[in-house]
Amino acid sequence: MPDLLIELFSEEIPARMQSKAAEDLRKLVTDGLVEAGLTYAGAAAFSTPRRLALSVEGLTAESKAVREERRGPKVGAPEKAVEGFLRGAGVAMEDLEIRDDKKGQVYFAVIEKPGRTAAEIVAEVLEKTIRNFPWPKSMRWGTGTLKWVRPLHSIICLLVDEAGAEVVPLDIDGISSGATTRGHRFLAPDAFSVASFDDYEAKLKRAKVILRADERAEVIWNDATNQAFALGLEVVEDKGLLAEVAGLVEWPVVLIGQIGEDFLGLPPEVLQTSMKEHQKFFSVKKPKTGRIERFVTVANMETADHGATILAGNQKVLSARLSDAKFFWENDLRVAKAGMEPWLESLGNVTFHNKLGSQKDRIERIAALAREIAPSVGADPDLAEQAAKVAKADLSSEMVYEFPELQGLMGRYYAEAAGLPAEIAAACQEHYSPLGPSDDVPTAPVSVAVALADKIDTLTGFWAIDEKPTGSKDPFALRRAALGVIRLVLENDIGFGLLQFLIRAFFPHVKTRDGVGDERGPSLRQQYSNATGIDEETLFSLELDEARKKLPNPEDLTSRIDAWIDQLRSDPASDPNVIKDLLSFFHDRLKVFLRDKGIRHDIIDACIAMPGNDDLTLLVKRAEALAETLATDDGENLIQGFKRANNILTQAEEKDGVEYSYGADIKFAEEQAEEDLFAALDAAEAKITPAMQAEDFGAAMSAMAALRGPIDAFFTDVQVNADSEILRRNRLNLLSRIRNICLSVADLTKIEG
Amino acid sequence: MSDKPRSFQEIILRLQTYWAAKGCAILQPYDMEVGAGTFHPATTLRALGTNHWAAAYVQPSRRPTDGRYGENPNRLQHYYQYQVLIKPSPPDLQELYLGSLKAIGIDATIHDIRFVEDDWESPTLGAWGLGWEVWCDGMEVSQFTYFQQVGGHDCKPVSGELTYGLERLAMYVRGVDHVMDMPFNDPDAPIALKYGDVFRQTEQEYSRWNFDVADTDVLLQHFLDAEAECQRILDAPATDPKTGKQIIMAHPAYDQCIKASHVFNLLDARGVISVTERQAYIGRVRALAKACADAFVQTEAGGAAA
Repeated sequence: MPDLLIELFSEEIPARMQSKAAEDLRKLVTDGLVEAGLTYAGAAAFSTPRRLALSVEGLTAESKAVREERRGPKVGAPEKAVEGFLRGAGVAMEDLEIRDDKKGQVYFAVIEKPGRTAAEIVAEVLEKTIRNFPWPKSMRWGTGTLKWVRPLHSIICLLVDEAGAEVVPLDIDGISSGATTRGHRFLAPDAFSVASFDDYEAKLKRAKVILRADERAEVIWNDATNQAFALGLEVVEDKGLLAEVAGLVEWPVVLIGQIGEDFLGLPPEVLQTSMKEHQKFFSVKKPKTGRIERFVTVANMETADHGATILAGNQKVLSARLSDAKFFWENDLRVAKAGMEPWLESLGNVTFHNKLGSQKDRIERIAALAREIAPSVGADPDLAEQAAKVAKADLSSEMVYEFPELQGLMGRYYAEAAGLPAEIAAACQEHYSPLGPSDDVPTAPVSVAVALADKIDTLTGFWAIDEKPTGSKDPFALRRAALGVIRLVLENDIGFGLLQFLIRAFFPHVKTRDGVGDERGPSLRQQYSNATGIDEETLFSLELDEARKKLPNPEDLTSRIDAWIDQLRSDPASDPNVIKDLLSFFHDRLKVFLRDKGIRHDIIDACIAMPGNDDLTLLVKRAEALAETLATDDGENLIQGFKRANNILTQAEEKDGVEYSYGADIKFAEEQAEEDLFAALDAAEAKITPAMQAEDFGAAMSAMAALRGPIDAFFTDVQVNADSEILRRNRLNLLSRIRNICLSVADLTKIEG
Repeated sequence: MSDKPRSFQEIILRLQTYWAAKGCAILQPYDMEVGAGTFHPATTLRALGTNHWAAAYVQPSRRPTDGRYGENPNRLQHYYQYQVLIKPSPPDLQELYLGSLKAIGIDATIHDIRFVEDDWESPTLGAWGLGWEVWCDGMEVSQFTYFQQVGGHDCKPVSGELTYGLERLAMYVRGVDHVMDMPFNDPDAPIALKYGDVFRQTEQEYSRWNFDVADTDVLLQHFLDAEAECQRILDAPATDPKTGKQIIMAHPAYDQCIKASHVFNLLDARGVISVTERQAYIGRVRALAKACADAFVQTEAGGAAA
């Protein structure tokens, strides 16, 4: 059972590509070996800046011989057919056997594939792997045509068994395999040969190369934390940076350095970002204050002066970098303290999207919308509007230009410097959140108002210009924006109808764009015009607020728009248009969100089909209550009873051409079960109506579930289609009551099963 | 260390000596305004075609937007690059490069020298390559690139290109904090000159001109003229009616491309080019660079059969 050792030694491999490359090497080689008929016990791959290595243990020494028989054409078949068969089977005419078959004589090819040695297979698989390696970017060098991530210099390909190590011969564009490699570029540059994987790893270590990336990371982290600890300090954890730095060195040497006194007044995030982005330094902080006081750099070199020259050089480079940062910070503070006016002005020159205007246009829309939203989220409208106006000012600052990832955070610092209220400063930072599923949701009302306005403006804008996400394409991160709105609303338990704000937010977009609409119905412009009773031209020459004044009674506009909203809300199935299309996008995102929380899609559908579905908090409460009810025995059986009632009723209504909604009369009740159902429905209604008004879905649904027993008994004891037409009609009207009561809670027809 | 170069010019001289000893033709700077050493036809054009090539040279480079009136410690609108181009890239190019650092007094045994991923792309030249920025103790001291494409043509064979930012490198080697304080000639010379003695005033003058005074209408016209002349040169028939020989004028055309590129940089510094126009201008210069590359590969120097 030989072991296999492979090393591909090259010029420096980009750190970000190393670990995937090691994994690709392992997979491609082992898959190739298995496909060629070998088996192995285990395999592990490694990477350093200059090498990829693979160790495969317990490889079979050869593949088994394979005998394959292929049935060919009939004897006497056209020459072409026979030729094709010979070509496919890779045999000659004289190798074919003729056998008797039911239908006559048929050619057979017997292909004997002899077993192959591991060496033969390894050479073939490795060559194929190297020539087809999936580097994200690869290159040619010199006069060759071979592609690798950077020039490939040497290859170790060694099979090791009890008898010793043997090089698997291989030549790829002039690079021959061997058993030698080199150590650290400066500390141990000479070539040496290896006899096994253990020997390879041990000799590399002597030659100042730690083969395993995780071991290098561990050395870095331990050294760094120990050195920091000795100074009473703490290294700021950064796993991504640690992995990257471990890919930049073969022999990590941790050095801890000073940050010039001048720079300690910079915000810690600025120090950290500048040091990380430009220099790949770790930040070292004082645990008590969180102040960043030192840095850790990881060299790839041991020197006679114990790194003094290296550290001095790094400190100097850092000073130059931080001088820049300090320069930006001081310039920015000056602008901030003077009120940020130039920043806001210059955002007029920054295009947000060529159809949606500049950042400045966008900020004005968001400010107006934030003001509208504020009362619903418990925020002061003036503060919300003011916060929205400055929330993106930092996009023009020099610091954010240099470090875009500091957007928002710098806004907070600059708003504080400008002497703005704390709520506004917080909103500058928090209004971008939540950015991802794991990002925290802001809770401060002003931040929530601006965050909602920001996202709703984005969504209505892209809907208005018809740039919706399709399939996997979502270049403007609109799904994330919608999910952000959903989480902001749900996690803050905000109850409001979304439609009123969508209508408000669509207005300025529709105003600047003609003919936004839906081919199935009137354009949005017409709909706004119809709803407000103002002709399109007048309406869209104004701001919505100005339009109020145009009407004889300004309250008219508000009430007309309210009526439009009510109409959109009351019938979820009505009137398709862009606004409702966006609302159903929210519903789709909500379904995904709730599915992850274990609520079935049909339960959500049953609730979405109800009026008022633009109040997401209410929608989710209804869905949760329904899910809870359906999880009980009564609930599950009630659905069956409801469906039975609904089916019988629907069929009868279709047949008779009437709707049985006159109300059933208890005086025609004959059976006890029938009378019981009357009583139960009365009791349920008495509970459900007030519970629904109070939005207590749990109480409403348990009252509904309590109908299960009487309904079951009714269907057992009573025949709906009685001979007497009076009895039949009365019973159908009774079923109609069941249907109405149940449908007042949720659209149970959507429930599956 | 006693082996340290004592001045800016000594670093240049040592690089010249080193690369001459390694077999490079030591060329002189190209006599036009360029943004980087790569624009020298000894790099851009000679990276094309099959002929082998080895050249090294200093190239004065201009980046009008980087002007800081001579006040910033390391930003200049006029600076020097040292450029090496070897085609095909030799297998020991990294070792040759490290040898050049040693020659200018950077001892690899006490410094931390690293090759950090940095892919190079020049949208104006239609060129790209893979390589690194070379770090010495955390400071970028050179760019190291294996050219893959220039002017839209695959580089076969591949050239290895080294670019040293001379001021920054010299400041590091000399331990100088402000570029203007760096000794230009030997500090013990009877007339010792600092970098500032040579360039502070010109930095001020050009910063003012670049940012505020250059006539944008004239520059725009220059751009159009250079673009048109480049096209006209390339459109001329390959056979010269006077001599009867085939003379494709790739270099004169390329001069116009260089000119257009520099005029574009000046217009950019004057702030008259919007974000959207920017891409369009870069695309126009790239079209010229590609046309010149197409012409060059039809010439003898470009590897076409003589």
